[in-house]
Amino acid sequence: MTAETGSLHSASLRSGRRRQRSALVVAGLMAITAFLWSTPFLWTLVASFRPETAGGIGMASLLPDYIPTLDNFRNAFESGDFAVYYVNTAIVAFGILAVQIVTISLAGYAFARLSFPGRETIFYVFLLQLMLVPPILIVPNLRTIVDLGLYGSLAGVMAPYFASAFGTFLMRQTFRQIPRDFEEAAVIDGAHWGQALWHVLLPMAKPGLIAFSLVSLMAHWNEFLWPLMVLNEPRTHTLTIGLATFALSTEGGREWGLLAAGTLLVMAPLLLLFAIFQRQFVNSFMFAGLKG
Amino acid sequence: MTSVAAAQAPFDASHARPVSGHRLQRRLLPWLLLAPSLLLLAAFTYLPIGRVAWESLHDKPHATGKTLFVGLGNYTALFADKAFTQSVANNLIYAAGTVPASMALALLFALAVQRATRFNAIMRAILLFPSMVPLVAAASLFFFIFLPGVGLFDHYLAKLGVRGANWLGDPDVALWSLIGITVWKNAGYYMLFYLAGLTTLPGEVLEAATIDGCNAWQRLRYVIVPLLAPTTAFVLVIALINVLTQVDHVIVLTKGGPSNSTKLVLYYIYEQAHENFAYGKAAAASLLSVSFLLALSVFSLKTMERGAHAAS
Repeated sequence: MTAETGSLHSASLRSGRRRQRSALVVAGLMAITAFLWSTPFLWTLVASFRPETAGGIGMASLLPDYIPTLDNFRNAFESGDFAVYYVNTAIVAFGILAVQIVTISLAGYAFARLSFPGRETIFYVFLLQLMLVPPILIVPNLRTIVDLGLYGSLAGVMAPYFASAFGTFLMRQTFRQIPRDFEEAAVIDGAHWGQALWHVLLPMAKPGLIAFSLVSLMAHWNEFLWPLMVLNEPRTHTLTIGLATFALSTEGGREWGLLAAGTLLVMAPLLLLFAIFQRQFVNSFMFAGLKG
Repeated sequence: MTSVAAAQAPFDASHARPVSGHRLQRRLLPWLLLAPSLLLLAAFTYLPIGRVAWESLHDKPHATGKTLFVGLGNYTALFADKAFTQSVANNLIYAAGTVPASMALALLFALAVQRATRFNAIMRAILLFPSMVPLVAAASLFFFIFLPGVGLFDHYLAKLGVRGANWLGDPDVALWSLIGITVWKNAGYYMLFYLAGLTTLPGEVLEAATIDGCNAWQRLRYVIVPLLAPTTAFVLVIALINVLTQVDHVIVLTKGGPSNSTKLVLYYIYEQAHENFAYGKAAAASLLSVSFLLALSVFSLKTMERGAHAAS
């Protein structure tokens, strides 16, 4: 009996040790992968603080073997109008989000709480838009924007995104999870649907709203092709257009430190947001699947 | 609810008018709430599809400026254009190069970092970070990384004694360089879905497999992968959409070159419309892309609910 349990014990110890060893191997492999995966960012960080070198020699080094300088950032700001790009990008990303929150809350409420003929069909009309992501329709949408007289304006960049099928879907799900009792209590107290939505449902839907906001902000902060087609003047350019122009101009000049600094400037707000909201980001994007 | 209101009405005759007014309002309310979204969806999703369909059947030659019905003329011109057929071929290679690789990596990453430890939290963040930055920013970093001779890649490959390539300038290599960027950028994002999928796996099934003597590979092959099929279908749809809708790196790094080797379909559309003003061809190609996505959506509407369920 004792011998038996003893051998069992040692067997489980052995397999435990084996598991520990394989866990260590996996951790080691992961650390290597993570290092390889992050080299582009490590390089950006190291290169952007590197003093200018002749002809880009030594630029590839990942070792910060220098006295850090902010020259690259200063030059980037001077040659690239990054301040203007920041403002434009913020207007676009937050402007879209502000309108979206209104449209998706109203539509989400209608789908979650009201019954009306054709509800299922119309919901499918919304869902289909999840597939027909805007980039595929850039050509006809650009003509619509021209027809509306919005060509060249930030409003033209924003307009196609003011409604969001994904956001509507998300708000519908979120509202459905809130028990009806809460609003019914409010309605009995004499509130109409708008007050119930504003004072009862929306505050309770905060997690869904935060998830949507993060996904939407990120999608539109990062967007490139559509703004590139709509905006025709440097003073209206967004960060991604600015960076692309910048990249094409520095390529000739071989000012890699400058390009690294410019790229870091574009990524920095996202890096910061991600660091603060990492948990929400992970949850939101898992929920999102399809972007903004 | 309505039956209660109807039952109360006769007792409250003095309120008959307000009640019917209220009822009208109730009937209109859903449409008022949906109106902004429906108008916008119509203007920027559904009407544009009609518009490309119409434009793909018409032409407006510069000489006359008159719009002519040309039947399938734009489509025959499209398929006669070598740049287009090559862009389709490129897109197929691009899909074959990016989708399976990024999905397989995503699953491996998810398996490796699934346990909630501090080390794994950092690993997840690192793997996820490429998908958080703009594709344009990633592309501009790879400008230098892929630089022949002095770039990051060649610099470190030389230390390993490997000769680099002209990563973006060689027609045989350039598309694969873009594929590399895409896999690097998207694998971490797809990992999130597998992480979510893994949490839904029944623990007792995995334990039973282990007790029955399955090794790690067998567990993965015969238990985990089949159970994750809904997640895989969901990720596949997203990956295929990305294949067709992301060309920012092409615009920044190669402009479709060298010799059309990195021209993807959406880049071709962009080029035809924006640079050549060949709206007929651009519309025809757009409609073909839209049709592909619609076909994909028929497949995915079935899997989406399951996938979204698994993801939440």
